[in-house]
This record gives sequence, C-alpha cells and structure tokens, in this order.
Amino acid sequence: MLQRIYAIFRGRNREFVRDRSSLAWNLLLPVALVFGLSFAFDGQRDEYTVGVLQAETEIDTSAHPFLETKYVRFVPYEDIDKALRKVERHQLDLLIELGPPARYWINPAATKGYFVEFALLQSAAPVTDAVAKVQIEGDPVRYADWILPGILGMNMMFSCLFGVGYVIVRYRKNGFLKRLRATPLTAFEFIIAQVGSRMVLIMLITSFVYTGTHLLLDTRMEGSYFTLFLVGLVGAISMVSLGLIVSARVTSEELAGGLLNLINWPMMMLSGVWFSLEGTGETVQKISQIFPLTHVLDSARAVMLDGATLADIAPSLAALTVLSGIFLAIGSAIFKWEQY
Amino acid sequence: MPIALEARDLVKEYPGVTAVDGVSFSVPEGICFGLLGPNGAGKTTTVEIIEGVTRSTSGSVYYYGEIAGARFRQEAGIQFQNTALQDYLTVLETIEMFRSLYDRQANLDEIIEQCSLGDLLGRDNRKLSGGQRQRLLLAVALVNRPKLIFLDEPTTGLDPQARRNFWDLVQNIRAGGATIVLTTHYMDEAQVLCDEIAIMDAGKIVTQGAPDQLLFEKYGDELINLSHGEIRRPNLEDLFLDLTGHSLRT
Repeated sequence: MLQRIYAIFRGRNREFVRDRSSLAWNLLLPVALVFGLSFAFDGQRDEYTVGVLQAETEIDTSAHPFLETKYVRFVPYEDIDKALRKVERHQLDLLIELGPPARYWINPAATKGYFVEFALLQSAAPVTDAVAKVQIEGDPVRYADWILPGILGMNMMFSCLFGVGYVIVRYRKNGFLKRLRATPLTAFEFIIAQVGSRMVLIMLITSFVYTGTHLLLDTRMEGSYFTLFLVGLVGAISMVSLGLIVSARVTSEELAGGLLNLINWPMMMLSGVWFSLEGTGETVQKISQIFPLTHVLDSARAVMLDGATLADIAPSLAALTVLSGIFLAIGSAIFKWEQY
Repeated sequence: MPIALEARDLVKEYPGVTAVDGVSFSVPEGICFGLLGPNGAGKTTTVEIIEGVTRSTSGSVYYYGEIAGARFRQEAGIQFQNTALQDYLTVLETIEMFRSLYDRQANLDEIIEQCSLGDLLGRDNRKLSGGQRQRLLLAVALVNRPKLIFLDEPTTGLDPQARRNFWDLVQNIRAGGATIVLTTHYMDEAQVLCDEIAIMDAGKIVTQGAPDQLLFEKYGDELINLSHGEIRRPNLEDLFLDLTGHSLRT
C-alpha cells in the first residue's frame, strides 16, 4: 500500500515542480502581494491630513500650536477652490487659514474631520482638567505584520483548493483516473497520495514565502514557530479536504472552477484576509466561523502578533480538525473514479 | 487449455439505451481473442466492464474461475483506447510509476527493450509521436508481467509502419504465453493477430469462433465477384459487413 501511495505522491510532486509557471505563481504572488500592500499602506492608515491655506510652499510649524500636532500631515495649498474641493471629497480632513483672521473649513460628514477639529480647538484653548494619564509602550503592528498571515492563508487556500480539486477533475476528465482505476490502487490510496503531495508542497512553499518575507520585512513573531507551523498544517489539511468534496464527482473543469470560486470568494472576503472582522455584525462573524480560513488566520495572527500558545489556539485547531473530518468523510463517500 | 476469462450475461444500460445486451464469451489461456464491431457496437463498454472500470447493470466476470477481483487487478494489463498520462513525466518515470502500483513487477529493462523505448526514456510524455505513445501505453500495460492483456483499439490513428511494428510487439507478447483480448475495427489486424474473434453489433455478439472457421461456415468455397471484375475469396471484412450491415454508424 505504501509503495503505491508513494508512487502517486512522487508523480504528482514531479508534475507540480516541473510546471514552472504554476510553481512561480505559487511562490512569487504572495511575496509580491505582501511587499506591495505593505509599501502601499504602511504608515498611512490612520494619518490625518490638514490643508494649510498659504502662499509659501513650506509650513512654519511655529506659526500656530496646532501645526505641531503629532500624527497630522499638513499640506500647503495656495488655491482655495482646489483645497475646498478636497475637503468636500474627504481628501482633506480640514482646511485652515491662519489669517488674520484665522478660519477653518470642515466637512461635517467626514469622521476624521471631527477629530481634527477637536485637536485644532484644543490647541487654541488647551484643556487642563486633571485626567490621569498612563503611558503604554510598544512597537506598532505594521500593516505588513497584519497582512502577512492573510496573504499566506489566502495562498494556501488557493493552492489547496485548486491544487487538489481542479487537478483531480482534470485527471478524471482526461481519463488518467480511469487508467489508475484499472490498477490495484484504491481510492483511499489515491486520495492520501494527492493530499500528502499537496500538503508537503504547500507547507514547503508557505514556509519559504514566510521565511523570505519575515527576513526581508522583519515581520513580528511573538509566538513559537512550531505552533505557527502546526496551524498551517492543520489548516492545509482542512482546505485540501474541502477541495476533495468539489473534485469527488465533478467532471467538467469549468464547473469545478466555478464551484471552487464559489467557495474561495466568500472565504476570502469573510475570513479576515484583507480587513479585520472586529466590529462587523454578529451574523457575519457567525458565518465566518464555518470557513477553515477564518480559524487559520485567527490562530496565525494570535501566534504571530500576540504570542499565543498552543493552548490558547486549541479551540481553533479543534474546529479545523472537526471541519477536516466532515469534509474528508463527505469527499470519500461521494468520490467517483469514472466520468459517467 | 484452462479458461482465463469468462464473461457471463453482461448488461449495461444507460438511460434510454442498452449499450451491452447479454454478452457472454470465454477466452482460453494463451490465445489472442478479438472483439470486433462497428462504432457504437458496445465493445469498449464490454471490455471496460470486464476490466472493472465500468460497472455493469448485471452479469459477472470470472478470471480463472473466480469472480474477477484483487488477483485479476494484479495480473491483468490494460491499454485503453484513450488514456492521458501525467504531464511533465518522462517515459521512464511513467513506466516506473505504474510499475510501483503492482506487487508483481516486470523487469524494467525487458519492458523497455520489448517496446523499443530505449531512445525515449528521458522524453516528456507530451512530446511523443502517436506510435511512440502507443508503445509507451503498451509498456505501461506490461509493467506487472500480466497473464491477461487488454488492448483496446491500440492501432487507431497510427501510420502503416507503426501499425506493423505494433503487431510484431503483440505477437511477441503472445509468444511469451500471455492471453490477449484485443478490440479493433481493423479486420486485417484481427486476421493477423487473433486466434478467435467475436463480432458485436448493437450490444450483442452476433458470431464467435476462429476467423477461418467463421469464414468457412458463412461462405464455404464461395468466391466474391467484385464490381471491377476481380474475383477473390471472402475475408473478415466481408463477413463483418455481411453481419453488421453497410449503413454508417455514429
């Protein structure tokens, strides 16, 4: 049995590794995404922008205490109409003219404008009521730190679902499965070989991509590498098993692609790949729990950003294990070798 | 001679059509048995039921007197009419992979020599010509030193040289003692290779026996007068057309 599993496992590995375009896509896409997104969004997320109406191109921060406010980017504007259009469109949170007479423009519908206005008014008349202040120190979580688990998880999801689901459908359609069925190979052995091959490849690729981005961007890692690896492993098993359900009977690559996208897209949007689900509605949060990717990302972020231990993420790992069991049971029960 | 293979009352029904309708035959050990028929006659379905890759609606298959099962899978070699192999694998890797799926394993060098694949071992499967590909598929069918070999229209689409070369390979395999089940719609191929044939039409076997015996039973010493004045002895193609008709099949 092991000899047969190994033969199919090795054949599939060779097929994948020699398909250069596919391999490059799996390796380069996540790295490019992490780099691109971190450079595009890092440091800009919560910055306030205030226009200063003046003729000079340099802003003299000593002209008004407000101009020394931290975390506010001050941009000089000479043309008032242009600056006001920016306020209208929320591209400027506030526009100020130091005068005399000093005046400012604000869009009441702009959330950030509301807070910048507070800062402006306080700088003009500081509040001195005694409210106890406690300082907390720590490095910020950069966007790169936050997005890295999301991109790795998304890459893993695509690779697991398409790498198993789509490939088995292709094998069934072109008759390779039928050829294998005429040998002593059993369905169980075939599935184990496919799952095993994809697991090894995806864990190698994910580890490679993680190591590369971690070294180049110095991303945060508070927890244990072993725990993170375990999260990836259990998550990959779960997503490969989900791919097996799609591939169990489908004979058309087009239908398989559609079904896989039907799974991919909701999972990508509702699992917290791009944005945090904190603050979303209860229904959305409940729906997100049925997706394996949600548990993978929650656990990975907990390990990487908060230093969560194995015990801390045990509920998510348990959920992934249960989901894998359900997916595998369904996939094995409905698996069909032949096309018709 | 013991009976290597026996099909009993095989039936395969699809919605609205009976593809195989009560087919029975037996194949003695060591012969080349030809299953002939026009397109859509049900021969490929019949063979796939026997091979175990298609489920029959009813009927059974026996291999050396036992229901065809695990032993059959270990000892049968199969060359399908249309088979895809894994992309990006070389000829040698493909043969090795299939060989590893069996407990009984043929000597690798012997298969390579037998199928004249020595110069192609490092070549990607996708870059083989039609004849080279058929030789590889035959090698894959031989990886388990099969006692029983199924060849499903193995020379379809090959040029005359490749067909003749393939016939030589089949004759060598048969000389080694293996039993062969060949499906084809080339009558010259059946005449050269088969000891016994069965002709199928509309899912049923319409006649079965040794080619010469069937020709004698049907035509005796009769000669055929061809339209351009030539007179000759009837051959398998004449028998085939007389039994299955001249109308086109889809």
